[in-house]
Amino acid sequence: MTSPTDKPNDGGVPVPVTPVGASSTAPAEYPPASPAGRGMFGNQGTGDVSGYGGLVRQRQPIEEASRPYGGYFDEVRDALEEAYPAFNDAIEKVVVDRGELTLHVRPERIAEVCQVMRDDLALRFELCSSVSGADYLGADERRLHVVYLLTSMTYRRRVRLEAAVSVEAPHLPSVTAIYPTADWQEREAYDMFGIVFDGHPNLTRILMPDDWEGHPQRKDYPLGGVPVEYKGAEIQPPSERRSYQ
Amino acid sequence: MTTSNYASEHETDEGRVFTVTGGDWDTIVSGTDPINDERIVVNMGPQHPSTHGVLRLILELEGETVREARSVIGYLHTGIEKNLEYRNWVQGSTFVTRMDYLAPIFNETAYALAVEKLLGITDDITERATTIRVLMMELNRISSHLVWLATTGMELGAISIMLYGFREREYILDIFETITGLRMNHAYVRPGGVAQDVPDDAVRKIREFLKMMPKKLKEYEDLLSGQPIWTERTKGVAVLDVTGCVALGITGPVLRSAGLAWDLRKTMPYCGYETYEFDVPTHPDGDVWGRYQVRLAEIRESMKLVEQALDRLKPGPVMVADRKIAWPAQLAIGVDGMGNSLEHVAKIMGQSMESLIHHFKLVTEGFRVPPGQVYVAIEAPRGELGVHAVSDGGTRPYRVHYREPSFVNLQALPAMAEGGLIADVIAGGASLDPVMGGCDR
Repeated sequence: MTSPTDKPNDGGVPVPVTPVGASSTAPAEYPPASPAGRGMFGNQGTGDVSGYGGLVRQRQPIEEASRPYGGYFDEVRDALEEAYPAFNDAIEKVVVDRGELTLHVRPERIAEVCQVMRDDLALRFELCSSVSGADYLGADERRLHVVYLLTSMTYRRRVRLEAAVSVEAPHLPSVTAIYPTADWQEREAYDMFGIVFDGHPNLTRILMPDDWEGHPQRKDYPLGGVPVEYKGAEIQPPSERRSYQ
Repeated sequence: MTTSNYASEHETDEGRVFTVTGGDWDTIVSGTDPINDERIVVNMGPQHPSTHGVLRLILELEGETVREARSVIGYLHTGIEKNLEYRNWVQGSTFVTRMDYLAPIFNETAYALAVEKLLGITDDITERATTIRVLMMELNRISSHLVWLATTGMELGAISIMLYGFREREYILDIFETITGLRMNHAYVRPGGVAQDVPDDAVRKIREFLKMMPKKLKEYEDLLSGQPIWTERTKGVAVLDVTGCVALGITGPVLRSAGLAWDLRKTMPYCGYETYEFDVPTHPDGDVWGRYQVRLAEIRESMKLVEQALDRLKPGPVMVADRKIAWPAQLAIGVDGMGNSLEHVAKIMGQSMESLIHHFKLVTEGFRVPPGQVYVAIEAPRGELGVHAVSDGGTRPYRVHYREPSFVNLQALPAMAEGGLIADVIAGGASLDPVMGGCDR
């Protein structure tokens, strides 16, 4: 599977810009274009036969947000900075996009940050709404992301924490001691992405069978499926059908 | 022939015949230790009528008391989230609607809202489309709560309420069929709006339903609320307080039954819920009885919302104006469900080549969604239904994760069941209203 960023820009061919995080230590902010969409009928170029090949589609990088962020985001950042002395070390990047605040946290610090986020009176993120994984294959080393969505019921705010780990060392501390609700959700992230949450009381597979091999939601795990015959024609499984860029 | 306390036998032409007589019960009982602290492990499910699908519970029992309970899930895992990554954004609606099969409209709306937020067209969604979404969601909430009432009643031994609940739900499914062409798995709410307009016939049906339903609700309450068995089996059973709920991430009616009026429609409004008038029912006790009361009250609140939404239905478009996103086909309900309207087919096949190209491009390739990630949460019948959607800028979702309330809420089962009686496991589990299709996805 080749990364779309490998391709040279041969004049007018839309080439995705390098993800922002790829060159810095911070994790990538959005995934590279999915390898699934590499053109119809095995086409490697744009697939544009209209004569307007000069159209270049640029992906706007999502940049690190600058102060002021607007809304309650500044207050959250200030409160966290005040309550958590290791803020500068732990927070890799702050992103504000589509009206949502994302704090990229160093994976080994995630439990500490969650503890402060829950307990500090100015933050009060009592509810951990969601924990999910995402595989940013081809973006950079630390391709496995864990996304925590914290909700403050007191202030009615939401903040996303994101931690990125590599496939070789997919370890980060579990937040189950702080948010017991993360129990099953971390198990799901382990099951689907192979992310290991250290300190989890019972990190076993939850949706897949216990003896399953591999982690199905990783991008390099095939979708599977068999061709199906329908009215004499053979329909390929979804991952092998023709697709568009 | 030997003599035995339990059975004598003799040979006949047909073979050996045993005569079983009553043994001396007292001698048998005295032979065993009356105080027995042995624990037995009971495997309940995955196929069990009271597990709402295929949920497996492993219960460690001491007599009739549950000492430990563990739930095993995943029997209904269908890989919907993975499958979404191989279909375009619009096709996603067809998949997500099958997750929580009792609340399909909620799955679709949450997905549509997430895609719209990624596209940045949240404000462009037409008023009529939003109103229809609210209308459909609230009808769906009623039907989902009715199924909860029906199944929970059945599990606690009230068979009539099961028949009544499903009967009235059928009425709502009939309304859904009139509007979307299907009773379930509608794929009706789509990114950009809804698949097609509400026919006049449906409005009449909904009005009829609103007129009929209060009487039925009264009937349910007459059947259950004063019933001694029902109250015995629900009051003080499977208690979970607010602290427990928040720690375990429990939302929806279960949290509200513990006394916290946390309803995303009020606290973090979407789809214009802040402009509607309705209350958030709560209950102080945090037991199964409280959840029953809250759900019944929520049906009444939803009816208020449906009525307000009906009054607001003003003629207008039900899809965004942007033709690069809006579904190109004019859809219509035919005898075999929803499909392209004949006028549209006639136009693209016979009159307008450009329309055909446009239709083909949007349907086969789909629209592109700018890269980024969003989280959108709505108040589903079971609690916070959240969608975490990531786009890589392409025509297919890069990652979609559903924060399913059934999945999260089911974690509370050990907290409710341990230390209680085994019969209360059924009541407690049912009061969480888990739908395994949503839980396992």
